[in-house]
Amino acid sequence: MSPSRSKKVSRKILHHELVPKHEVLDIEEAAKLLKELGVEPHQLPHISVNDPVVRILNAKPGDIIRIRRKSEIAGETIFYRIVAAY
Amino acid sequence: MSWIFEQENYFIKGIRFGILSPKEIRQMSTTLIVSDKLYEDDIPIAGGVRDPRMGAIEPGERCPVCGNPPSLCPGHFGRIELAAPVVHVEFAWKIHELLKATCRSCGRVLVTPEEFKTYLNLYRRLKRKWPRLANDLVKNIISQASKNMVCPHCGETQYKIILDKPYRFYEERPEGRVFLNPHDIRQRLELIPDDHAELLGMDPVEARPEWMVITVLPVPPLPVRTPISLETGVRSEDDLTHLLIGIIRANNSLKQAIEGAAPQSIIEVRWSLLQYNVSVFFDNELPGVPVSRHRNQRALKGIVQRLKGKEGRFRGYLSGKRVNFSARTVISPDPNISINEVGVPEEIAKILTIAEPVTPFNVERLRKLVMRGPEKWPGANYVIKDDGSKIDLRFTKDRKALAESLKPGYIVERHIVDGDIVLFNRQPSLHRMSMMAHIVKVFPGKTFRLNLLVCPPYNADFDGDEMNLHVVRLPEAMAEARELMLVEKHILSPRYGGPIIGGGQDYVSGAYLLTSKTTLLTKDEVIKILSAAGYKGKLPEPDIIKPGPYWTGKQLISLFLPKDFNFRGPAKINGGPLTCSGPECFHDSYVVIRKGKLLEGVFDKKAVGAQQSENVIHMMTKKYGTSTTRNFFDTAFRMFIRTLELKGFTMSIRDIEIPEEAKRKVEEIVDEAKNKVSDLIRQFEEGTLEAIPGRTLKETLELRIIQTLNEARDKAGKAAIAYMEPFNNVFIMARTGARGSEVNITNMGVLLGQQVVRGKRVHRGYRGRTLSHFRKGDLSPESRGFVRNSFRDGLNPTELFFHAAAGREGLVDTAVKTSQSGYMQRRLVNALQDLHVEYDGTVRDAEGNVVQFAAGEDMVDPMSTYHGKAVNIDAIIDEVRGG
Ligand SMILES: [Mg+2]
Ligand SMILES: [Zn+2]
Ligand SMILES: [Zn+2]
Repeated sequence: MSPSRSKKVSRKILHHELVPKHEVLDIEEAAKLLKELGVEPHQLPHISVNDPVVRILNAKPGDIIRIRRKSEIAGETIFYRIVAAY
Repeated sequence: MSWIFEQENYFIKGIRFGILSPKEIRQMSTTLIVSDKLYEDDIPIAGGVRDPRMGAIEPGERCPVCGNPPSLCPGHFGRIELAAPVVHVEFAWKIHELLKATCRSCGRVLVTPEEFKTYLNLYRRLKRKWPRLANDLVKNIISQASKNMVCPHCGETQYKIILDKPYRFYEERPEGRVFLNPHDIRQRLELIPDDHAELLGMDPVEARPEWMVITVLPVPPLPVRTPISLETGVRSEDDLTHLLIGIIRANNSLKQAIEGAAPQSIIEVRWSLLQYNVSVFFDNELPGVPVSRHRNQRALKGIVQRLKGKEGRFRGYLSGKRVNFSARTVISPDPNISINEVGVPEEIAKILTIAEPVTPFNVERLRKLVMRGPEKWPGANYVIKDDGSKIDLRFTKDRKALAESLKPGYIVERHIVDGDIVLFNRQPSLHRMSMMAHIVKVFPGKTFRLNLLVCPPYNADFDGDEMNLHVVRLPEAMAEARELMLVEKHILSPRYGGPIIGGGQDYVSGAYLLTSKTTLLTKDEVIKILSAAGYKGKLPEPDIIKPGPYWTGKQLISLFLPKDFNFRGPAKINGGPLTCSGPECFHDSYVVIRKGKLLEGVFDKKAVGAQQSENVIHMMTKKYGTSTTRNFFDTAFRMFIRTLELKGFTMSIRDIEIPEEAKRKVEEIVDEAKNKVSDLIRQFEEGTLEAIPGRTLKETLELRIIQTLNEARDKAGKAAIAYMEPFNNVFIMARTGARGSEVNITNMGVLLGQQVVRGKRVHRGYRGRTLSHFRKGDLSPESRGFVRNSFRDGLNPTELFFHAAAGREGLVDTAVKTSQSGYMQRRLVNALQDLHVEYDGTVRDAEGNVVQFAAGEDMVDPMSTYHGKAVNIDAIIDEVRGG
């Protein structure tokens, strides 16, 4: 485990207005998403396991995370990222 | 259809990279090269670098290997058997990694057998889907293994391996630094088992580690290093041939030393000479290695030099696109052709051709074209028969017979004619409107002609600009070009959701003069103006009956507006003393169009100019489509030009002259400012000046002075311009946005004001002063680049110098900026070039990886927006209210 992984991250960052909402997809949701897009998991954009929010969510490599961002253009935009081991 | 429309479908499934093994090199070699001599009595000798078995290159020569003439012989490799192995320079870094990470006695990776098993397992799982992770793993294993100084497999003690760049290896043993010769290195690499090599990032099938140490050197075929012979009969060999000769000489002398059992020291010297020669053959720009030079001191080009850089094989040839069926020449303006058209010189039209298959419906026409031949336009250049043979009409005596023989199955390469579709392009091609489809119109002359309204998307002018033209030759491509790339399909820009095509300069002045309230036209003038627009309808009833029939320009414009078109919005001139916030505007600066009639307001830059969002043109295009707007461009806009021609429009020195009274006012303003400045300077010297927070006293003074002088310049300009008569041509151009601004008028007629270099008043030059005309430490406006005079009055010598200094800075800035933004664009395009929007609205890269889940976050095409917004509420409300 890398040294950065062992340091604790404060949950306070989740309440910062620049940190969008992250949530881990359950298996059915993940499978549905991959099927809809017709892609294999590694073809989604990646996010590091060492990402502070990922660590708070305690997500593992291979998990897919849904990110709801505020968007100037579309109001809200949804993004997915797969947790990568680096 | 015939052969040119057929295609064979082969797909490249993948490309495999590897290292040639000695076995492969020997198999593909046709010749063993042993001699450094090329010719004997002018005949290439066997076993030399010019051995004819490496390919036919001279005209009339037949290849002894494949029997083909030079045009068909692909060339064949030879080989040099090295007397002793040498390191391949380009792989030295990888060899270093392998030596560090493996055992010097058993060749296995320096990790425990258990670790090895788990790592290999992990590596194989990651390799396909997470190549980045797999690479990281290899890197980590190498760094971990290199630290291990005892082999976990056999217990052998390890030593530190040092790479003395570019190709010498040493081992740090207790007794001191020991040189590892390529032979030792190769033996160690041979020891590495296949699966251990795999864990270190090698593919043992395609690239065994020991193949990175060369024992047999492939000699490139002759066609890739052809000699050039000059008229004098002197032959000049290719650089690669020279480098190969060097290798052979070094190799032969090493061989001699080894066979003659020469002392070890001599062998080592010659061995390293061979290593040098082989290395520069690959790369003749190696750091720390002397460059191999030609007799005339020119550096020889190694293989790396052939591939690298802008003119190298990759950027110069593989991704450099040079095409047939294209033309390039100077462009010139033609306001009388449609914006969809391009004028093509007849001379060019006679060279560019389209392959038209013969059908029962076009035989007669094609026969005529064939009979006219290649010299007369429109004609044809070639006939391709149904057996695939191509007949060149330049050398055909009896064209009539050939024309008679035309039948379905034949193809005629006919000249391009009016109505054909072509692509037209101007560099730098920065956005998609840089290449649009135009319809050909053939003209005499030597230049391409284009309508002035399409200058903005190409960013073209006529000071010598050249443009490229490409013929679209296949039916499918023609249809695509016509439907997707035609100029009128690009009136609205996806860059900012507004029209990018429109008039500038004359068009704006003309539109303003035509639509101005004061313009009353006689019947004669109306006929002239309407005929310029190609108007075929009835003459409208004159708006003014007394004192005689007069027509207004607004009436004429209305003839070309769609009958139910409504619009309202401010004109460009709306502002300053001419401000109106709504209809019934006294200054005529608020445009109102109701039911296709221009009721109020003038047409100026806002209405007819390019890159003006939510203006008349934009709304017309959104409501009626691009072909309506194109029609408006091709008709109404010609009236603007004709109006200007009828009236005559120019500028004279008198237009920038200001009356005595204005001059006195300006003088007062400038004097007041100068007094203020000397006050500031006195305060500064007395120490009573208050510093702006975060600034030094000196900076504060400078800022205050610049501010004071700039305010004075603006104030003086405003005051003087207020005295100008409103129908002064220069003033009209500035107000309507046709050309120039109030600042330009001020500079020409009133004063230039403070000159700025590097964001400050002019301050550099002599010690403590800008020029020798001033005293040291003089902070007065005159000594620091304030120009009291205007261009009309003339600048005094010091003023001229300051103005030139500021002007020079501007030139340097633009030169630097264009090159920097050009490079940024290159990098951006490189990174984004194969992203595309899939049918499901996601953005993917070439491998299908998802980049964005909804294109542009909202899947809205910016081209169909109102300046970026999906709906324009105001326009809808206006529409519902009925204008
Ligand atoms: Mg130009
Ligand atoms: Zn051949
Ligand atoms: Zn060992």
